[in-house]
Amino acid sequence: MTTEPEPKLICIDGQEIPFQHGQTIMDAALAAGIYIPHLCHFPGITPQGNCKLCTVEVNGKPLTACTSPAADGQQIRNNTTELNEARKALTQMLFMEGNHICPSCEKTGNCPLQAMAYHLGMLHGRFPAQYPLRQVDASHPTIMLDRDRCILCSLCVRASREVDGKNVFAIAGRGIHASLIVNTSSGKLADSDIEPSDLAAKICPVGAILIKEHGYDAPIGRRIFDQHKISEIGLEKEIVARVKSDDQ
Amino acid sequence: MSDRLHLLHILHELQQKHRYIPEESIRDVAARFNLPISQIRAVVEFYAFFSTTPCGYYHILFSNCTSCGYQAGDTNLLHLLTEQLGVRIAQTHADRRVSVQETSCIGMCDHGASLLINGLPLIHLDSERITQMVGLIEAEKPLSEWPSPWFHIHDQIHKRGLLLKEDISAGDGLRAMLLRGRDETLTEISQSKLRGRGGAGFSTGLKWRLCKQAVGKAHYVVCNADEGEPGTFKDRMLLQQHADAMFEGMTICAHVIGAHQGFVYLRGEYRYLLPHLQTVLVRRRGSGLLGTTILGQRGFDFDIDIVVGAGAYICGEESALIESLEGKPGIPRSRPPFPVTHGYLGQPTVVNNVETFIAAAHIACKGATWFTSVGTTASTGSKLLSISGDCTSPGIYEYPFGVTIQQILQDCGASNVQAVQVGGPSGTLINQTALHRRIGFEDVSTGGSFMIFNEKRDMLAIIHRFTAFFAHESCGFCTPCRVGTTLLRKGLHKIIVGQGTRYDMAELQHMCELIRRYSHCGLGHTAANPILDGLQHFSQAFEQRLTQRDFIPHFDLDTALEAARQMTQRNDEGAHLDQGAE
Repeated sequence: MTTEPEPKLICIDGQEIPFQHGQTIMDAALAAGIYIPHLCHFPGITPQGNCKLCTVEVNGKPLTACTSPAADGQQIRNNTTELNEARKALTQMLFMEGNHICPSCEKTGNCPLQAMAYHLGMLHGRFPAQYPLRQVDASHPTIMLDRDRCILCSLCVRASREVDGKNVFAIAGRGIHASLIVNTSSGKLADSDIEPSDLAAKICPVGAILIKEHGYDAPIGRRIFDQHKISEIGLEKEIVARVKSDDQ
Repeated sequence: MSDRLHLLHILHELQQKHRYIPEESIRDVAARFNLPISQIRAVVEFYAFFSTTPCGYYHILFSNCTSCGYQAGDTNLLHLLTEQLGVRIAQTHADRRVSVQETSCIGMCDHGASLLINGLPLIHLDSERITQMVGLIEAEKPLSEWPSPWFHIHDQIHKRGLLLKEDISAGDGLRAMLLRGRDETLTEISQSKLRGRGGAGFSTGLKWRLCKQAVGKAHYVVCNADEGEPGTFKDRMLLQQHADAMFEGMTICAHVIGAHQGFVYLRGEYRYLLPHLQTVLVRRRGSGLLGTTILGQRGFDFDIDIVVGAGAYICGEESALIESLEGKPGIPRSRPPFPVTHGYLGQPTVVNNVETFIAAAHIACKGATWFTSVGTTASTGSKLLSISGDCTSPGIYEYPFGVTIQQILQDCGASNVQAVQVGGPSGTLINQTALHRRIGFEDVSTGGSFMIFNEKRDMLAIIHRFTAFFAHESCGFCTPCRVGTTLLRKGLHKIIVGQGTRYDMAELQHMCELIRRYSHCGLGHTAANPILDGLQHFSQAFEQRLTQRDFIPHFDLDTALEAARQMTQRNDEGAHLDQGAE
């Protein structure tokens, strides 16, 4: 005779939720329908915790939910004014670090960074814009790489390795000079084996990687974040599915 | 693995040969190591001592540290040097003869203004020597024909304590361990209450025990000799004078945890110590203190490779150090898991500081009681301090833990002290009201840096230097540190030049809190310390520079026109914009 083991629980903002061994706080929260803001996390891809938006307080200590294992009895604070203010500041920093001009970007309305800004009530850039000089790579016939918008989340790097079985991207450089590079002899995307149907070509949470010749297929007003809130659980698949390419 | 085949070493050789790392070489190395070309590029771009454009035949890296840097009193020796050479900073001269760049502290803080020329430290610089240097460079004299005393590093040890008073002979620690037994030796280390000397102060005994218990295909011992905290140079002396005791400590650790391979990760700035360290390793192998069947003990097999870094402060963080050992950019890992269970190649690894391994070797010889007889309850034993800045006798001082800052200042001949930076930029800034505080993990902790600033110093300039250091050394992995450290540097600069408002002050404080709380690793957690301590203890220095205006934008119209001026080769009045001058 076996007895059912007591389910293990963590507590997020007063709500007790179960988790399974090996799950992170993010995994458990998403499974229970609790939204923890995030940009560099994507279900099914190894988490890295670089954007820091998913920082929660675990027993008073700030930890990234996407990389921290859930452990029985954790008292977690997530949707608090202080944490959301910090998330807003981090989002503002990401905007000011690059060159983001939403009205002229094809990603507008489908862009998680932009949606995050709205979600967190960001009304201005707050910090001084850095206006970095970054390279655009338009060499590939069907995929565009505009580093001006890159937030160094590394989702394309991980998606290419883990899901596409390729190794198209990497991050090089240090500090504020870090940049997304292409793993080819020439450094150009045209010489890589990336294809528009790859997850790496579709996963970008900003308009840094775009499929060419598909400008404004869905008009403004009918884009993802015109119809959904970023806090809806499981939206990632929808975002990726909406990226149109000719081979679909 | 032979350390000659390490990726960082191959890249160093290429850098030496070509004076940069050409694209073809990057492709060759990728093919040779069977690694993605992007990984080689990422490594080349990460480490400050590698470059993708040619450096000069004489490549000069001038320290910008507040103690061993180019600012000597009122004289900016870097400007003097570049003016006399007719080169711009970070731009190789057209004839490729010479290039000059800034670099972070090179650990020569007890020897005045210093630089690295083709990797060799050149010390005690002043205006006169700069002029002599320029003469030698213009005459194209090879470094071997330069006056040899210019390169002579003389360690100045002013106070000896527990570790420095009486050295142990090579093999004594190992013999004592074999006599006592390996578990008993671990018990002895635990009972000594030895804590990590790098600054964090984790229990050494516990670290060794956790690593020993961890399951893995192999266990590793790593000595962190990446002494990069500005103002620290005690490991430089220890590596020069006590390398045997360090290797002995590592070998004892290896036997305790069951490791057969060890590494010393030596900071690139100390590459000149490599031949000496290699000689000691060879001698120890010859004496049966390294290699197979150490001291005749069957199964006691252990050897040590030395891996030399290439200019990255972050590699002093243990998980970044391990990444670097593995031939990758030094980006700190997410923890847990910790290196004691998942370290080098994912296997259980002990990472300890040079001084920690030396203390462990002494404890193995002399016992825990000998060690605990000195220091305080929470901080047993002694601490080596690297003292620099405004004092008559800079150098190495070994004190029992618990010594007051006042006592140290007295001993090293410091007068009119305005501030002391204990533990380097990531540590604690102390003002005159706190000189009674004590060195120890329970009060003011330090990895060894102790920098003194007298009343003539401009504290904001010092805090700005420290802040710029973190912006330069941030690895760029996480948002708060990558973006925030640069925002801090620019925000503080705005205040320094008299353009800062009260709003800018509040924003600076807010950014400090954000970086401290939300960053990925210790660098980010401490990067704001200089400003936070400054605001607390030297608020007057900030207040004095504030403008009375309500708002001045960061964006400067005239500066933004610089690119256009350069393109049109204009610099007349009409090419400038006057932005709201009062």
